[in-house]
Amino acid sequence: MASKQTYETRPLECWGKAKEIRENFYRDYAQAHEKGGLRWAGGAWTFGAIPCGLGDDVYSLTSEPYAASIAADKKFSMRCLEAAERAGYARDLCSYMRNYWGSVILDEYLWGGQFPKPDFIWQDHICCSHAKWYQVVSDLEPGIPSFCIDVAVGPAIDLDDNKLDYVVGQMHDGIEWLEKVTGRRYDDEKLIQAVHNECRSTALWAEICCLNKAVPAPLEEKTMFSLYVLGTLMKHSKVVADYYQELRDEVAERVQQQIAAIPNERCRLMSDTQPPWGFLGLFRYLEEYGAVSVGSLYTFGLIGMWEEMSDGSWGPRTTPREKGIEIKDRDQALRILAEWNLNKPEWQHFYSPHLKTEMMVRIAKEWSLNGVLLHYNRGCEGLSLGIAENRLGLIEAGYPVMTFEGNMGDEREFDLARTKARIDTFMETLGYSRS
Amino acid sequence: MITAGIDMGSKTIKVVILRDTEIVGKSIALAGFENREAAETAYAAALDDAGVGMDDVERVVATGAGRGNAPYAERDISEVASDARAAISLYPTARTVIDVGAEEGRAIRCTEKGKVLDFALNEKCAAGAGAFTEAMSRALEVEIEALGQMSLASTQAIPMNAQCAVFAESEVVSLLHAKVAKQDIARAVHDAIASRIVSLARKIGFEPEVVLIGGVAHNIGFVDSLQRALECDVVIPDDPEYIGAYGAALAAAEG
Repeated sequence: MASKQTYETRPLECWGKAKEIRENFYRDYAQAHEKGGLRWAGGAWTFGAIPCGLGDDVYSLTSEPYAASIAADKKFSMRCLEAAERAGYARDLCSYMRNYWGSVILDEYLWGGQFPKPDFIWQDHICCSHAKWYQVVSDLEPGIPSFCIDVAVGPAIDLDDNKLDYVVGQMHDGIEWLEKVTGRRYDDEKLIQAVHNECRSTALWAEICCLNKAVPAPLEEKTMFSLYVLGTLMKHSKVVADYYQELRDEVAERVQQQIAAIPNERCRLMSDTQPPWGFLGLFRYLEEYGAVSVGSLYTFGLIGMWEEMSDGSWGPRTTPREKGIEIKDRDQALRILAEWNLNKPEWQHFYSPHLKTEMMVRIAKEWSLNGVLLHYNRGCEGLSLGIAENRLGLIEAGYPVMTFEGNMGDEREFDLARTKARIDTFMETLGYSRS
Repeated sequence: MITAGIDMGSKTIKVVILRDTEIVGKSIALAGFENREAAETAYAAALDDAGVGMDDVERVVATGAGRGNAPYAERDISEVASDARAAISLYPTARTVIDVGAEEGRAIRCTEKGKVLDFALNEKCAAGAGAFTEAMSRALEVEIEALGQMSLASTQAIPMNAQCAVFAESEVVSLLHAKVAKQDIARAVHDAIASRIVSLARKIGFEPEVVLIGGVAHNIGFVDSLQRALECDVVIPDDPEYIGAYGAALAAAEG
């Protein structure tokens, strides 16, 4: 395949702002107490909009993106992993969890200073590791109150009022608990605003991912990792929603002007699950073949909220405001928040790999892919569960698949040279040579 | 036209010299730490074997794990591509190629033209490769060449850990302590490797005819275990360890 189309390319203009939002997030959390504010810790999947009702000076540390940041710093990550192992935690557990625990055990914050202990833990139970994660943190940091919401109500296609009531009921209990442990009065108006922000930011992220259906793709996945992460930090914030709106506008303009993510795009791929964070250069290696990873169910569906459009294609989910819904009270806000999140694409395959395969095949078709790279991620049992089934489904649908073993957060379980050799073979079988 | 293929394997380097599509010279050398020097030595020996000089060679293509370090090569191709090309050239009706080398096992499904449709490689552990048999022959205190023949004399099948070469070795020691016959342990070793390789083959949906290549194809005990596990016969070319280099030389001949 010799076509060497050269597209114009240029960096994102709003790139610097994304970096700033991320830096502020980690700084604000660390400095919250200096301003009389509160700190909470919990997973990026948790219902982060709810603690917003405690006030504007409540800052969070979401554990997975924090651990991924650690993983990208190989030296610190190794110290964290070894600290967790020395404390007796097994090496085959979730590597995000082990990096996070290591940071707590070492009492070192990735951005300097001691690890800033949260005032409370606000978590949900999306997988076994998430449930145990903060139980161990409570052991390591005694005295920190913890609340966990069980969300195991099955896939969205089977969602009914009883299941929704089960989750919403826990949310109500959680708000009472938050008032009790913080001594603050809960403000429903702030919750309502946070729910609107979350719906807006996650629908916007889906819209941004949709723009990557264009050829050439305006974004490549390595960059998308740095952008979707804002949603994992605080998808309920106005700052992130406004940023995604600005990003959406810029990406739409790139599509219109055919500004490409890589100048030599001739092969379109997607990945799956979290990448080995310490080795994102792999995505640059693909570019030597003119191959662009245009995203994945992971980058699209962890933060993006989707729905089927009238033409049958995938598009951004219609927000309550777009539907003309005015949220009037706490219960309505919680119900919308629960239903919105339980429809998250990345949530569905905890229940069946076939649901995930359907979404992956849809992406492969609608984003015009030539092949798929599947990361058999030893670091995350939740998102890797059923991935071999996904491979079979993709192959059956006619998409060539390359698998590679690795670990999102433990570099000892990733072999860069062998993975590159495997990419060489895969690209060769697809008919591409280096540019 | 004279062309050459160099297979920079992890343990050995193989060189094949072709006159058009006929093999006229070949050589093998241990890769060692200085694999480029070893390749130069093997290349010179293969030229000698072919009775041609360096200037007579029109093109050189490299393959193998260390192919980036191959001397004289104008370009390189993956092991998967060279294996498929060579195997289909030798056996046009074959659709599956299994290559078991020193450190890597692989299964390849391809078309009648040698185009790769799918492939699977073993992951980090060498439990499905030649290094495993070498470790086990040391544990059994048997020459590697004798291990295959010994296993054919086995009278019973014993299950053994097929996931990790280290655990398997400790299992061999336990079996020796339990006074299990060496013949049965040898077969257990080959059955374990075969089960790893067959899982790769099933992953790609193998279909006969199956060609077995790579140095481990010389091990008749392994071949017996593999055929039993695959439930079909395999065909083995002469000099199966040279097939990768042959495929690279064919690629060189094609331009």
